Amino acid sequence: MSKAILVLEDGRTFTGKSYGKEGVSLGEVVFCTGMTGYQETLTDPSYAGQIVVQTAPHIGNTGVNSTDEESAKVWVAGYVVRDASRIVSNFRSEGSLDDELSKYGVVGIRGIDTRALTRHLRDKGVMRGGVFSGPAAEKSVTELVHEISQSAPMLGRSLSSEVSTGEKFVVEAEGQTFGKIAILDLGIKDSTIQNMTARGLEVHVFPASTNASELLAISPDAVFYSNGPGDPSTASGQVDALREVLKAGVPFFGICFGNQLLGRALGFETYKLDFGHRGINQPVMDRTTGKVEVTAHNHGFAVRIDGGPEVESPKGFGRVRVSHVSLNDDVVEGIECLDIPAFSVQYHPEAAAGPHDANYLFDRLIDVIKNNRKAKNA
Amino acid sequence: MPKRKDLKSVLVIGSGPIVIGQACEFDYSGTQACRVLREEGIRVILVNSNPATIMTDPDFADATYVEPITPEVIESIIAKERPDAILPTLGGQTALNAAMSLHEMGILEKYNVELIGAKIDAIKKGEDRQIFKQLVLDAGADVAKSVICSSLAQCFDAAGELGYPLMVQPSFTMGGLGSGFAHDEEELKRICGSGLQASPVGQVLLSESILGWKEYELELMRDVNDNCVVVCSIENVDPVGVHTGDSITVAPALTLTDREYQNLRNISIDIIRAVGVDTGGCNIQFAVDPDNGRVVVIEMNPRVSRSSALASKATGFPIAKIAAKLAIGYTLDEIPNDITGVTPASFEPALDYVVVKVPRFAFEKFPAADATLTTTMKSVGEVMAIGRNYSQALQKALRSLEKKGSSFHWNKTEESVASLLEAIKIPTDGRIVQVQQALLLGASAEQVFDSTKIDPWFIDQIVLINEIAEDVREASSLDSDVLAIAKEHGFSDAQIAQIRGLREEEVRSLRYSLGMRPVFKTVDTCAGEFPALTPYHYSTYEQETEVVPSSRKKVVILGSGPNRIGQGVEFDYSCVHASFALSDAGFETIMINCNPETVSTDYDTSDRLYFEPLTLEDVLEVIHAESDSGELVGVVVQLGGQTALGLAKGLKAAGIPILGTSPEAIDLAEERGLFSNILDNAELLAPANGVAVNFEEATEIANRIGFPVLVRPSFVLGGRGMEIVYDQPSLADYFVRIAQFGLIGPGSPLLVDRFLDDAIEIDIDAIYDGTELYVGGVMEHIEEAGIHSGDSSCTLPPITLSSAQIERVRSATEKIAKGIGVRGLINVQFAIANDVLYVLEANPRASRTVPFVSKALGITLAKAASLVMVGKSLAELKASGDLPNVDGTYIPAGSAIAVKEAVLPFKRFATKDGRFVDSLLGPEMRSTGEVMGIDVNFPTAFAKSQAAAGSALPKSGTIFISVADRDKPQVLLPVRRLQQLGYRILATEGTAAILSRHGILAESVRKQSSVGDGPSIVDLITAGEVDVVVNTPSGSSARRDGYEIRAATTAADKPIFTTIAQLSAAIGSFERVIDGPFAVRSLQQHSKDRADALAK
Ligand SMILES: Nc1ncnc2c1ncn2[C@@H]1O[C@H](COP(=O)(O)OP(=O)(O)O)[C@@H](O)[C@H]1O
Ligand SMILES: Nc1ncnc2c1ncn2[C@@H]1O[C@H](COP(=O)(O)OP(=O)(O)O)[C@@H](O)[C@H]1O
Ligand SMILES: [Mg+2]
Ligand SMILES: [Mg+2]
Repeated sequence: MSKAILVLEDGRTFTGKSYGKEGVSLGEVVFCTGMTGYQETLTDPSYAGQIVVQTAPHIGNTGVNSTDEESAKVWVAGYVVRDASRIVSNFRSEGSLDDELSKYGVVGIRGIDTRALTRHLRDKGVMRGGVFSGPAAEKSVTELVHEISQSAPMLGRSLSSEVSTGEKFVVEAEGQTFGKIAILDLGIKDSTIQNMTARGLEVHVFPASTNASELLAISPDAVFYSNGPGDPSTASGQVDALREVLKAGVPFFGICFGNQLLGRALGFETYKLDFGHRGINQPVMDRTTGKVEVTAHNHGFAVRIDGGPEVESPKGFGRVRVSHVSLNDDVVEGIECLDIPAFSVQYHPEAAAGPHDANYLFDRLIDVIKNNRKAKNA
Repeated sequence: MPKRKDLKSVLVIGSGPIVIGQACEFDYSGTQACRVLREEGIRVILVNSNPATIMTDPDFADATYVEPITPEVIESIIAKERPDAILPTLGGQTALNAAMSLHEMGILEKYNVELIGAKIDAIKKGEDRQIFKQLVLDAGADVAKSVICSSLAQCFDAAGELGYPLMVQPSFTMGGLGSGFAHDEEELKRICGSGLQASPVGQVLLSESILGWKEYELELMRDVNDNCVVVCSIENVDPVGVHTGDSITVAPALTLTDREYQNLRNISIDIIRAVGVDTGGCNIQFAVDPDNGRVVVIEMNPRVSRSSALASKATGFPIAKIAAKLAIGYTLDEIPNDITGVTPASFEPALDYVVVKVPRFAFEKFPAADATLTTTMKSVGEVMAIGRNYSQALQKALRSLEKKGSSFHWNKTEESVASLLEAIKIPTDGRIVQVQQALLLGASAEQVFDSTKIDPWFIDQIVLINEIAEDVREASSLDSDVLAIAKEHGFSDAQIAQIRGLREEEVRSLRYSLGMRPVFKTVDTCAGEFPALTPYHYSTYEQETEVVPSSRKKVVILGSGPNRIGQGVEFDYSCVHASFALSDAGFETIMINCNPETVSTDYDTSDRLYFEPLTLEDVLEVIHAESDSGELVGVVVQLGGQTALGLAKGLKAAGIPILGTSPEAIDLAEERGLFSNILDNAELLAPANGVAVNFEEATEIANRIGFPVLVRPSFVLGGRGMEIVYDQPSLADYFVRIAQFGLIGPGSPLLVDRFLDDAIEIDIDAIYDGTELYVGGVMEHIEEAGIHSGDSSCTLPPITLSSAQIERVRSATEKIAKGIGVRGLINVQFAIANDVLYVLEANPRASRTVPFVSKALGITLAKAASLVMVGKSLAELKASGDLPNVDGTYIPAGSAIAVKEAVLPFKRFATKDGRFVDSLLGPEMRSTGEVMGIDVNFPTAFAKSQAAAGSALPKSGTIFISVADRDKPQVLLPVRRLQQLGYRILATEGTAAILSRHGILAESVRKQSSVGDGPSIVDLITAGEVDVVVNTPSGSSARRDGYEIRAATTAADKPIFTTIAQLSAAIGSFERVIDGPFAVRSLQQHSKDRADALAK
């Protein structure tokens, strides 16, 4: 295995061995603390444009299989692990992670002090970096740092179009159809769709560029904005569309990026966290029930809502309350509109990877739809 | 929900003596619980019969009762203290079962005390395997097909249904006691027989076999708001069929996808809800079929367990501490995570390292026992190691065992691949090394999998280790690249030296010259996401170290490693006290230990904790890392048992200052020749002795000093291979039996001592500061010399010694301490035979009895000793009030008497044909733990100690007597008295004849060996018709009968006396139990009494 080097924007370097494809990968370097679910992580579109560091030391033990993919491909820009498995051991495994990474051209590195790297990112905040292997690894550090400084920073970066579906497509409801939902695909995960179809929703997935009238054209019972990569402040098109949806009084649910866009649509700010939340052990308080759920997170940005338990939407959508908060750092993890049928969470009720504690939120979606129907019929 | 206001006082139930399956992990959990409750301003009442524990130190509770953990005694405590609630979930199965009986006897109701931590209903649901099974199915999960049986007949029907092999498990037992596999009717009869016996409710569960599946365990916590967290997942490297306690385990689980793991997590949460554990922790065990992922729930424990101690150390999430907080009403989100300080406990720890636990066994102590690992737990202790990958953690763990041959090695063995592949089919102690050897000799990973069913991923890791060993061997020179890889995968300097044919020191200095040192990472619960406040470290070879410089004066304390017979919780007790005392004295205390069950490895105990193997290499590296800043005052080696003591020389050689008694001085005590000089100078006697390297020499010596002789190989611990030999033939026999172990030879001669017959044995623990001796206590053994001090019961103060004799013991000890040059603790063992005082041995270190002495007399020996080690004088300590002015030799009139009784594990060890090993006591130590009975007089104290040890004396019933001829004269008096007390006397012909000649009417009963009609004594005992057995070993002829009798008694769980000394001592106690229930008194009260008495 040839040499590989991870270089950070600030000049810190880590030398290890090449993993996956040989070559160069540039992106925002982020760490993920999940101890299981590397395959879900790799195929999660939200990680597009990022170099993911796994803090769990052993990666690849259970290989890869087709059922655990969250989308059609591996999205991470680069991959950093401590100990890559030499063999694969699991009854569902269909291949090795190493081959999978090569297949999708992911340039990775293994055998470095991932804990030192993680602590560095925690103290200095996430930053751009690059993994260089093969001939590229021979260049001088200054050259490599220069290359990195030329790459696009995450702040102000729009990636939705890159990860979104090109064509609209429909997924049938499982069993009895309960209703129809229009999804704006900003980087959706398969398990989100499965959670909806399993609840009798016929799912219509639209490209990120779709405008409100097209979304509402199918007269959906609800509109959903998915998770996805990039800086929410660049998504003004999607935010405008969302305002129209809300005005139309159609129930809305959003996850992650979708939560940030609801925040912006309501007139609140989004901002970049120092090193983000990326893990599957994050405690969140549901203020409605007072219960704590252990949840899967993957976000570098968040919505800022000060004051209140209840605050007025600056854009005139009525009262808004923060429905969920992170118990680790009080970051806003969920928003609920009190005067219109709209809510969203910053974390991942569909989990994959992660605990299923927050799965009830998909039932809340169904309830919102039901109540909205009642209201209309009344 | 904030803390409950209505709880003013809580009774905590401890777990009693250390036994296999229930060790000092419950001292750890109990100690944490007591601390938490007191911090919350709750009055803590504690009951625990085990004096060796830290939790029973008077300053951990407001009222500490070292009393038997029986419903009757607990009721008296409740009546006296009137607690608002009882916390039974931190004292293992013992506490849980005690709580159940308190409930069933209506005592909880009578005094309206609430159970907190787990409700009766939840305990029932979790512990009753039948109810639990149904509940699992209702939760939509699967279980192994099984049938509950309460009779042998039912068992046979069930077998027809389920087919062989069958798994048999008694209900409500801990550590798999009485469980096992039945492959046919014969075995079924046997295992179910003892199983029905072992179960307090007389039930066994027969289950379909799931042998060879992957086994997992999840540790959960749940609060009153129904918030659940999974603290840790643990994967067993040994597949289903080996008890988790005996399996090599790893955390986190390494061979599960997220889907499979989340499935286990969901099932666990459904189960903890269904069972209704709502303010505490529990663990749930799973089996997973490697071929299709079918999941089967094995069991749950609705309480803190051994694995929760492991999980706490593995993750930094203090389960017991948090369980205690939940029990008094807090919710997880209200409890801060001490390690980060900023985040709450309502999260799931993320690990960026790998933890491996390896059990430690003691089969060498029970040669007759079947060493196969089964579903009954047999290990006596465990070690844990942390590494940045599995191979590193595994190799660190294996060398932490401190057992020859427990680490991987690469010198060619004679064994053939075929024979190894056959051998590893049967799980045994050290199978992992056989696996490595098989792979080394060319067995394929597939072959090893077929033989062991160990997950291929774990097998490949051993393949990897062998490959690296090969690289190390091949390398033209040991350059930094080769060394780096070897170290990254956990190779010790010693292993590398062995591969390269060098000496360990050579490899080390080479490594130093390359500037290659380990770095120390932190256990932080969050994989680096947040800064950690607690310095809880482990070593690895990587880029960045996290040791924070400090300018303070530092003291390093070496722990005692894995629990084993002869070295257990008593040593952790001393280490922990040293740590407390030295922090109070202003030092920065640095603890090094590798035993996850202990209080010493709680990150709360010392200023800094290094979870590392106790080998010279690993200890030197910690010291090196700490020497970068501040001032290293020295290393404490005399509290961690032989483990720590054994490192003294090497540390000294490396220029590290040793606190207290110097290594040279230690040699004076340990090396026979040197020690006898000291005795000569002090004009003290040792039993006549000599050393022999072969049978001829041994015979010559024996004839010179006269039989009986006590023989033992040199350089062995806990009396290993030590025997009393009465005549020439037996000596020959001994040599034949011992030959296989290769213990005796020119380098290591056999020590032959004149055996002192009917001698009183005395133990003394004292502190010497260079000018003055301070005696902690003088203990008189109840059994005569010849029964290992660790196994014999003893009393403090002595009950037959004159003050003149005590004074002789005292001054002898002073001379020895002076002669050796002790600074700190010393323990000396004496024997008095027809009024001559002999010195048996001197240990210049903390002894097993230090905590017992401290509890009995309220003298804080370990604390004082550690202050002496850092230069304080005894005079100063008396002045400062750290020590009472008069020492333990002075016994004011009316003082309470404390009796220590040993607890023995014979019931755990069956021979290959399924019968219990012999329960005879001898000069080789076999006990795993101890209890203390304390009261105003000896008979009551002794009776309490027997009850605490689980063999309470019956108020009435049948006593069987069968003693060796030499004992017959002494047995008359006690037996006559027993008859007067109304006990029915049963005896074998010979004994019966003599008894009746002395007017004691004894019904005679047939020996097993002698033919005749009517039931034999063994039949009667097995049928439960005998309540007490008195049997002393006689010459080899009748030995077989003796064995049969003792084995049957062990099986029937009845009190047995194997020495007349014990019996005579017990007479008063029989009278006492007839008189009625015991009175209880707290240690705080006892020490107040003593203080008042001394004041007079
Ligand atoms: N049906 C079974 N077939 C084979 N082995 C089993 C079965 N059930 C349990 N075991 C093994 O027995 C061990 C002890 O069983 P467990 O129910 O955990 O008892 P304990 O209460 O002693 O922990 C388990 O660790 C597992 O390896
Ligand atoms: N000469 C002797 N005569 C009688 N009993 C002895 C003699 N020497 C040792 N013993 C018995 O053997 C036990 C173990 O011996 P000891 O020297 O203490 O070994 P250990 O180092 O295992 O404690 C002692 O506790 C004592 O009961
Ligand atoms: Mg178990
Ligand atoms: Mg001894």
